[in-house]
Amino acid sequence: MLELQNICKTFNAGTINEKRALNGVSLTLKEGDFVTVIGGNGAGKSTLLNAVAGVWPVDRGSILIDGVDVTRLPEHKRAKYIGRVFQDPMTGTAATMQIEENLALARRRGQRRTLRPGITRAEREEYRELLKILDLGLEDRLTSKVGLLSGGQRQALTLLMASLVKPKLLLLDEHTAALDPKTAAKVLSATEQIVQRDRLTTLMITHNMRDAIAHGNRLIMMYEGRIALDISGEEKKRLTVEDLLAKFGQATGSDEADDKLLLS
Amino acid sequence: MDFLLSFLNSMPGALGQGLIWGIMAIGVYITYRILDVADLTVDGSLATGGAMCALGISLGWNPWVALAAAILAGMLAGLVTGLLHTLCGIPAILAGILTQLALYSINLRIMAIGSGLTTKATLSVSVDKYPLMLSSRYIRDLSASNPFILLVPLVLIVIALLYWFFGTELGSSLRATGANQNMARAQGINTSWTKVLGLVVSNGLVAFSGALLSQYQGSATVDMGRGAIVIGLAAVIIGEVLLGKVFRNFALKLLSAVIGAIIYYIVITLVLRLGLETTDLKLLTALVVAVFLTIPHWKGKFAKTGKKGDAAHA
Repeated sequence: MLELQNICKTFNAGTINEKRALNGVSLTLKEGDFVTVIGGNGAGKSTLLNAVAGVWPVDRGSILIDGVDVTRLPEHKRAKYIGRVFQDPMTGTAATMQIEENLALARRRGQRRTLRPGITRAEREEYRELLKILDLGLEDRLTSKVGLLSGGQRQALTLLMASLVKPKLLLLDEHTAALDPKTAAKVLSATEQIVQRDRLTTLMITHNMRDAIAHGNRLIMMYEGRIALDISGEEKKRLTVEDLLAKFGQATGSDEADDKLLLS
Repeated sequence: MDFLLSFLNSMPGALGQGLIWGIMAIGVYITYRILDVADLTVDGSLATGGAMCALGISLGWNPWVALAAAILAGMLAGLVTGLLHTLCGIPAILAGILTQLALYSINLRIMAIGSGLTTKATLSVSVDKYPLMLSSRYIRDLSASNPFILLVPLVLIVIALLYWFFGTELGSSLRATGANQNMARAQGINTSWTKVLGLVVSNGLVAFSGALLSQYQGSATVDMGRGAIVIGLAAVIIGEVLLGKVFRNFALKLLSAVIGAIIYYIVITLVLRLGLETTDLKLLTALVVAVFLTIPHWKGKFAKTGKKGDAAHA
């Protein structure tokens, strides 16, 4: 479903701030794969997701989604294939617009926007039903401005928006990191529910090793702009945090990274 | 008593000016409030609208055709600013300033067309010579040529059209662009295109206003748009401060910009009666905008420190 070949990205090339963020990343996701991504700060996790989403062009390599080469497509055109939830709850929704307006915008992802009504009566009913499933009481607040919602509510809404039109690929960029533990757990379980229900091919970055182990059928760990570990199947199911740290040490020949990972 | 009478006597004029500038204020509202861009093109495109309309009328066109040409010229100006911003990556404010500056030369040329001159700073279209749509001369007349008979429906039509447009898929994508660009792009909205579109619509309205103004005052001048952005902002902000709490509906928000423009001209009329010179108005307008922009900022600041104080006591 997703195929990355030798992706390279260097920021501020040729300056003193030069940073090789992605250093030849190749990765293939099968349809329905739920891959968790871990790694320390600056390992290239978010850069990888942004490369796939098309926030900026990559320096080298190619990106295919469901067989379509999207390497040269701008962000808004790739959006046709991709649902996204961001780390900052403010990023994924328009605060000054109503809940139903946000959903209606998401409903038209990948379509040409014309002079037809921006939202219809039938849609409203549909959104009310969908919001009920989230169980956050949002179904009675369709016309509330999203800016009035809590961070957790906004992330849950963004998740709903990302999956409203079934995406070929769901990108979750530490979408629970800015939430308190209780809310984070709620949003994560909603994520699991939606991914299972729609059998979505998913890439989820997390800072939390336990979450990375508990969710998904495959786990990759990034280090210095490369994939240092790639664990799936039975091995992934039996994985513990200790295993993961040991494997990471072997793969990178580094032990100071342990602290970095655990602390972050 | 004399003062009051002369003030009341000038009220229709203030109202007429306010309605015409109200259309301009709606244009500013679209860029400043919806798109979250301060577009300085308007100083130029207002005069372009005036120049284009006056030119058309002086060449014997139907005033409505001249008006349409003026709107198109304004939209073109918005397109240039939009492309400078999105295609060339120039910051929006600078892109607007560049177009505005270029329009100064262009406007001088437009007004000279057909006159045998190369440039012209003023183009008169007297109501005695041409079949104008409106003129300030009839502002107190109780007849069909009273400008209000045209202006009030025009303003309402503009508001109705924009209300419809911003409810469509395209209009919603424009609002989303202004509210959160990242979100808009993630939902597949081409934010470059929506920004250009917003600037085109906005400057079309501003030129519309300029075209009406040139007929209303009987001439287009190259500097008729100087400081227009500040007047537009003043109207938007006055409208919001006075009516923001009551007017929640989008159409009413647009209307509040028009009301803001009317109030602005009433205040201007008042201070002129009090003895200020017309040349002092730019200073006054700048002060009004500065004060009204400062108030919410300071309010927020003091409200925060207030809360902190409460917490410390608790």
